[in-house]
Amino acid sequence: MTDFFIGHIAYYFIIALLIIGLWGMLFKKNLVKKLIGMNILQSSIIIFYVASASKYNATVPVIDPRLGAINPAHYINPLPHTLMLTAIVVSVATTGVALALLIVIYKRYKTLNEDELLERMK
Amino acid sequence: MIFEHFPILIPLPLLLGAMIAAPLGVWKRDLAYPIALFATGVSLFFAVSGLIFVLNTGTHHYHLGSWAPPIGIEYVVDALSSFVAVIVVGVGFLVMIYSHRSLQRELPNKEVPFHSVSLLFLAGLSGMVVTGDLFNLYVFLEIASLSAYALVSVGEKRAPVAAFRYLLLGTIGASFYLLGLGYLYLVTGSLNMLDTAKIIPLLQEHGLVLVALTLMIVGIGLKMAMFPLHLWLPDAYTYAPSAGSAYLAPIATKVSAYVLIRILFTVFEPAFVRDEFSFTSVIAWLSAVGIIWASVMAIAQKDLKRMLAYSSVSQIGYIGLGIGLANPLGFIGAVLHIMNHAVMKATLFLVSGNIFYRLGFTDIPKFDDKLRKMMPFTSVAFVVAALSMIGIPPTAGFFSKWYLVLGSIDAGNWIFVFVIALSSLLNVVYFFRIIEKMYISKSKTLSESTVEEIKMREAPISMLIPTLVLAIAVIVLGLLNAVIVDSVIKLAMPNGL
Repeated sequence: MTDFFIGHIAYYFIIALLIIGLWGMLFKKNLVKKLIGMNILQSSIIIFYVASASKYNATVPVIDPRLGAINPAHYINPLPHTLMLTAIVVSVATTGVALALLIVIYKRYKTLNEDELLERMK
Repeated sequence: MIFEHFPILIPLPLLLGAMIAAPLGVWKRDLAYPIALFATGVSLFFAVSGLIFVLNTGTHHYHLGSWAPPIGIEYVVDALSSFVAVIVVGVGFLVMIYSHRSLQRELPNKEVPFHSVSLLFLAGLSGMVVTGDLFNLYVFLEIASLSAYALVSVGEKRAPVAAFRYLLLGTIGASFYLLGLGYLYLVTGSLNMLDTAKIIPLLQEHGLVLVALTLMIVGIGLKMAMFPLHLWLPDAYTYAPSAGSAYLAPIATKVSAYVLIRILFTVFEPAFVRDEFSFTSVIAWLSAVGIIWASVMAIAQKDLKRMLAYSSVSQIGYIGLGIGLANPLGFIGAVLHIMNHAVMKATLFLVSGNIFYRLGFTDIPKFDDKLRKMMPFTSVAFVVAALSMIGIPPTAGFFSKWYLVLGSIDAGNWIFVFVIALSSLLNVVYFFRIIEKMYISKSKTLSESTVEEIKMREAPISMLIPTLVLAIAVIVLGLLNAVIVDSVIKLAMPNGL
C-alpha cells in the first residue's frame, strides 16, 4: 500500500495542481488570478504527460551501445515529452491572447475585478 | 499527381493565406481581402473535389510526409469528414465575401488582421475535420479556438469580457480533452484514431478508458456548447462583430459536434458507448433538456443576435440528441442537422449583420415594417431561414428534424419526440414575433411624419449576395435531402451503429 502511494506521488501532486487551477479559475474574483489558475491547470496536464512517460533507471532515447538497443525498459518514451512541447506552445499562445484581452478590458473599464466589472458593464 | 495530396490541401492554403495576408496587408491594405478570398477559394475547390473523389473511390488515407501510421500523422478523408469539410469551407467562403463591407462599417482599419485571423480560424476547423490523429486534432482545435477568441474580442462594448470568459472555459475544455487523451495514450500507446479503435476492444480493463472518454466528452462538450456547458456562448455570439459571429455560429460548434461523433463512433465502438456504458443516453437527455431550456431563453431575449445565440444552443441540442440516440436514423438526423444548421444560422447571422449595417441596432422591439420596406431581400432571407429553423417543409430544417423524430421513435423514446415538437412550437414563438414586426406592425415613425418616404436601402451587393445564396441553399438543400442522405450520409455511417 505504501509502495503504491510513494510510486504514484507525482499523480497526487498533479491532482492537487489540477484542482488548485480549476478553483482559481472559477472562484477568484480578479481576472489575472483566473488567468494564473488557467496556467496552473495547463501545467498540471503537462506534468501529467511528462510524469507518465518517465522511468527509473532509464535514459534518453538515443541508442547507447553499452545498453543495447533491444530492451525498451532502458529508454524513456520520448513521445509524450514531445507532445508537451506543442502543448507548452499552445499554453504560451493562450496566455498571450488572454493578457492582450486583459489589457483591452482594463483600458475600457479601468478594473480587473469581476464584481466591479459587472457593475460597470451595466 | 498533386490531387493525391488533397487532404492537406484543404487546411494548407488557409494557413498560408493567413501568413501572407497579414504582412502584405500591412504594406497595402486592399490586398488582404483578395488574398483571403483566393486562399479560401482554393481550399473550397479541394474540399469539393475531395468529396467527389471520396464518393467515387472510397476513403482516402493520406500519410503526412510519407510516414506510415501509427508513427506518422495520418489524414483520413471519408464521406463524413469530406462532407463536413465542404460545409465548413463553403460557409466560410460565403461569410468571407460578406465580411468585407461589414468590417469596413464596424471595424474600420482592422480588416487586415481580421481577415488573417479568420483564415486561421477556418484552417483550424478544416484541419480538425480532416485529421485522423487525436493529438493533431488537439493542435487544430487550439488554432481554431485561439482565433475564435480573437474574432470575438474585437467587437464593441463588452466583447473583450465575453472573449475572456470564452477563453477561460474554452481552455478548460481543451485541457480536459488533452487530459483524457493522456489517459487514452497511457492505455493504448497510440494517438492514431483508427489504430486506437483497434486496440481498445483488446483491453481487459475499462477503468482508464472510461476516465479518458468522460474527460474527452466533457472537453468537447464545452467546445460544442452542449447543455449545460454552453455558458460562454450567448455573450460571445452577441458581442462579437457581425462578421465574427457569422463565422463562429454556423461552423465552430458544428465541427466540435463532428469531433464528438468521431470520438464516440470511430475511436470507440457504438456498442461500447451505447450498451456497455450509457454515455450516449446521458448526452441525449442533456441535449433534450438543453433544447427546451435554450428555446425558452431565446423567447426572453430582446436583442436579435442574443436570441440567435440561444437558438444556437437549442439547435446544438438537436445534434447532440441525434448523436445520443446512437441509431442510424438519429445519426442521419445529426449529420444532416450539422449541415442544415450551418446554412440556416449563417443566413440568420448575415441577416442580422445586414440589419445592423443599415440601422445600426439589432433590438427586436425597435423593428417595424419600415425594415421590410427598406430591405425586402434581407427580410425574405430571414423568413426563409426562420421557417427552416421552425421546420416547415420543404425547407432544410424540416428534414433533419424528421429524421430525429424517426430516430426517437426507433429508439422507443416518445419523450424525445415530444421535446422536438415542443421546441418547434417555441421556435414559432420567437421567430414569428420578429416576422410579425417586419411584415405586419405599422411603423410608428411613419404615422407621425407622413411626408417621410421610405426608400429601399438594401445592404451592399457583396453582403446581400451571400445572404441570398445561403437562403436559396436552405430551400435547395431541403429539396435535395434524399440525395444527400442516400449518397453521402449513408456512406458515412459508422460500423456497428
